[in-house]
Amino acid sequence: MTRKDNGDLPNGGEWGIDLSIDFCGVRAPNPFWLASAPPTNSAYQVRRAYDAGWGGVVWKTLSHEPIVNVSSRYGSIDYDGRKVAGLNNIELITDRSLEDNLREIESVKKDYPDHALFVSLMVESKRETWHDIVRQTQATGCDGLELNFGCPHGMSERGMGSAVGQVPDYAKMITSWVKEVAQIPVIVKLTPNITDIRAIGRAAKQGGADAISLINTINSIMGIDLNTMAPRPQVRGYGSHGGYCGPAVKPIALNMVSQIASDPDIGLPISGIGGIQAWQDALEHMLLGATSTQVCTAVMHYGFRIVEQLISGMSTWMLQKGFRRPTDFIGKSVDRIRDWGDLDLSYKVVAEINPERCINCGLCFIACEDGCHQSIKMERVEEEKYLKRMKATKDDRVFVSGGEQYIHGAGDGYVNVFSINQETCVGCNMCSLVCPVEGCISMKEIDTGKPRMTWKEYQTLLAAGKIDPIRPPEHV
Amino acid sequence: MASEAGTKSRRIESNFADVHPALTDDEAVAEASRCLYCYDAPCMRACPTRIDIPGFIRQILHRNPIGSARTILDANIFGGSCARVCPTDVLCEGACVDNTLLKAPVQIGRLQRFACDTAAEASLGFYSPGAATRRRVAVIGAGPAGLTCAHELRKRGHDVTIYEAGKVAGGLNTLGIAAYKITTDFALTEVNRILAMGVVLRLNTPVDGTRLASLLSEYDAVFLSIGLGRTAPLDIPGEKLKGVWESLEFIFQTHTKPLAKCKVGRRVVVVGGGNTAMDAANAAIKLGAESVTIAYRRDRGAMPAFDHEYDYTIGNAVQFEWNARPVRIVGKGGKAIGLRCIRTRQSKSQRGAKLTDVPKSEFTIPADMVIKALGQEPLADLLTSIPKLKLNRKRRIVIDPTTGATSVPKLFAGGDCALTPMEEVVSAVQSGKVGAAGIHAMLSEVKR
Repeated sequence: MTRKDNGDLPNGGEWGIDLSIDFCGVRAPNPFWLASAPPTNSAYQVRRAYDAGWGGVVWKTLSHEPIVNVSSRYGSIDYDGRKVAGLNNIELITDRSLEDNLREIESVKKDYPDHALFVSLMVESKRETWHDIVRQTQATGCDGLELNFGCPHGMSERGMGSAVGQVPDYAKMITSWVKEVAQIPVIVKLTPNITDIRAIGRAAKQGGADAISLINTINSIMGIDLNTMAPRPQVRGYGSHGGYCGPAVKPIALNMVSQIASDPDIGLPISGIGGIQAWQDALEHMLLGATSTQVCTAVMHYGFRIVEQLISGMSTWMLQKGFRRPTDFIGKSVDRIRDWGDLDLSYKVVAEINPERCINCGLCFIACEDGCHQSIKMERVEEEKYLKRMKATKDDRVFVSGGEQYIHGAGDGYVNVFSINQETCVGCNMCSLVCPVEGCISMKEIDTGKPRMTWKEYQTLLAAGKIDPIRPPEHV
Repeated sequence: MASEAGTKSRRIESNFADVHPALTDDEAVAEASRCLYCYDAPCMRACPTRIDIPGFIRQILHRNPIGSARTILDANIFGGSCARVCPTDVLCEGACVDNTLLKAPVQIGRLQRFACDTAAEASLGFYSPGAATRRRVAVIGAGPAGLTCAHELRKRGHDVTIYEAGKVAGGLNTLGIAAYKITTDFALTEVNRILAMGVVLRLNTPVDGTRLASLLSEYDAVFLSIGLGRTAPLDIPGEKLKGVWESLEFIFQTHTKPLAKCKVGRRVVVVGGGNTAMDAANAAIKLGAESVTIAYRRDRGAMPAFDHEYDYTIGNAVQFEWNARPVRIVGKGGKAIGLRCIRTRQSKSQRGAKLTDVPKSEFTIPADMVIKALGQEPLADLLTSIPKLKLNRKRRIVIDPTTGATSVPKLFAGGDCALTPMEEVVSAVQSGKVGAAGIHAMLSEVKR
């Protein structure tokens, strides 16, 4: 048995850090939960997950009648040699019988009383049907329910999943049906396949939801097999749009989490889902308002064991920041997201290149030159002159072979040296984003000597004739 | 004992297996993903043929090895050979910025080989002759420079006839580089790609001064790429003894005979300190010599061989005798039995520093095979017989580096017989490209 109780988890306890959370009245040893998905399909998996250290799970979506799945089901997008930057699936909710699932849920909950266990539900949109499954499910002793209003494929065509989650009135109605019989907390899981996610969030609140989780998967077609011209994943040569998730979707999820967290009409606890594979990802969700987080793709890729690195990373960060428990930092960045029109137009940063760190790859230059603001100068410096300039770090650059001297980063007798034209640099960040060297390009704040002024204030001043129009710096 | 002979033969074959084995698909993509895709990339600038290295690596990354091969071959029709034999440590890979970032360059040579091998396996030629111009060019010497020049001229539609003194085409790229770096078969694959362009090849056809004069009047232009001649003699007693070899002759046999039939001594001494000396010493070890010693008249710091070649040689348990100047090859019954050397002293540890003998310091390295690897001499007889051909002090043909033109009208030159920055296949290829462009420009100007 590899079971680890919370106190034994790596790094946490001995530093006086308590990762446990209270999520709408349900306690969990940590905020790392598994999303309703293939990893939470059975008691076997959920027990392994708890043993590995996961603080909670949302059991894979139950319905009255098990569905039938297709083969194959998953597709992924790789990025320049790295696997599974994004994943999609055309798998449906549980394909196991309701009885089997309920029996297993009951037994798991009995054995793991301190871990959070929510159960995801999705049935056809009839009041009695919802009442029945809620009653049966809560009889297992599980901690809470999650209403799946988000699945974008397969179920939506049958009037379930995102077909509900895309219509505020339906979402509100079904939530209120559930709340008529539910004696345990109810999370409404939101679909991102909608224009303004806040509309459904508000509907869930009005229907009586206790919490919101988001995001469910995004409508997607993963790609086309260029040999057969069939989509990926394929089922006898055909495919269907599926649900997209994985590291690539995190920014979309963070935006939506922040929208829900900052909406004054919602104000519900949030379980953040989308692209969490490292501890930083989970922290970002939490800083933007999530109390718990849910993970799926990273576990499908690497297994339950990744939770150890999540716990270790979050604990170490908390120690360094002086936080003792998640409530010390949950939501701390919510207020940092503003309307664009409220940002300070007088603030200015410019790029700065540290020549000692520069490896002469030219990526900053070409990014600025072709894609941005033509503010990086590329200078050809003869090898000997370059070495004189590089005195301190010369040894890293030079090597000798067969009695001849050579320079890394040189070719055709010269080395490209790059510098920022800070007069024209708009501080866009792009060069620092593409630079492969840690600490080589930094963005430095410069004093513009101008008072703070937002775009909204600028518009007012312009209209009153109290200010001249601001012009961008001249380029090229 | 047939089975023992079989074991020995298999051992020698495995000794000659690739120094840098081919990458698998997975390895190639993983390695390609390390490339930063530099702008005005140092690796590309460090390549004499200016292969678009970031471009071809990105094509591998994006699963287009055929397109990648095309990128390589456009710049260097011997791309697969250069991938194997180039001193990448001091060229593309030495320039790679990952040396600074990660202390290890992207393995450009092996990636280049991956792409070129993929294209070779698919038997893709890529190129076809240009529309016929009915201009005729003679190329003297079917080494990498001459063949590249022929290829480039055929692309532009000119007729090309190559005159080659030897029995096979490809020059030192086919025969002169130890077989553990490049196999004869692969070298010929790249030769055949060029011949398929409709080049007329006349093997066993040496050209002397008189013949060259008539070719110059017969053809619209002549490209001279005859390479170099014999290995420089030691000029010491005993060079005629049995068991005394020239390094190239020693290496040739690894391409012309089954490896088990190649001649090698039990105790071998190689004289010289260049890359060919390292090749010969390593080949001797791999062929089964019990001990191999390299005798060099200067010290390690003055040795011209590349450091990576030296490291590889040390790794093969080759011994070095530094500051050992050969004075006599010792013989018995007409056969070499040792190399007599005298110790030298250098004023400084660098090439060209003053060298003096240490009195009474003579010693003998026992050896039944002595391989001379002092570098090749120019084919002076032929070169000096060409009226008005300007040579430099080292008797290399002086050429215009931008056109390959010599001091003789209509005569162009490239490869080792001319002035090139280094004696490598890749430099020869570049000089062939330059010469072809120079010839084409001249032919385009001259009215018929």
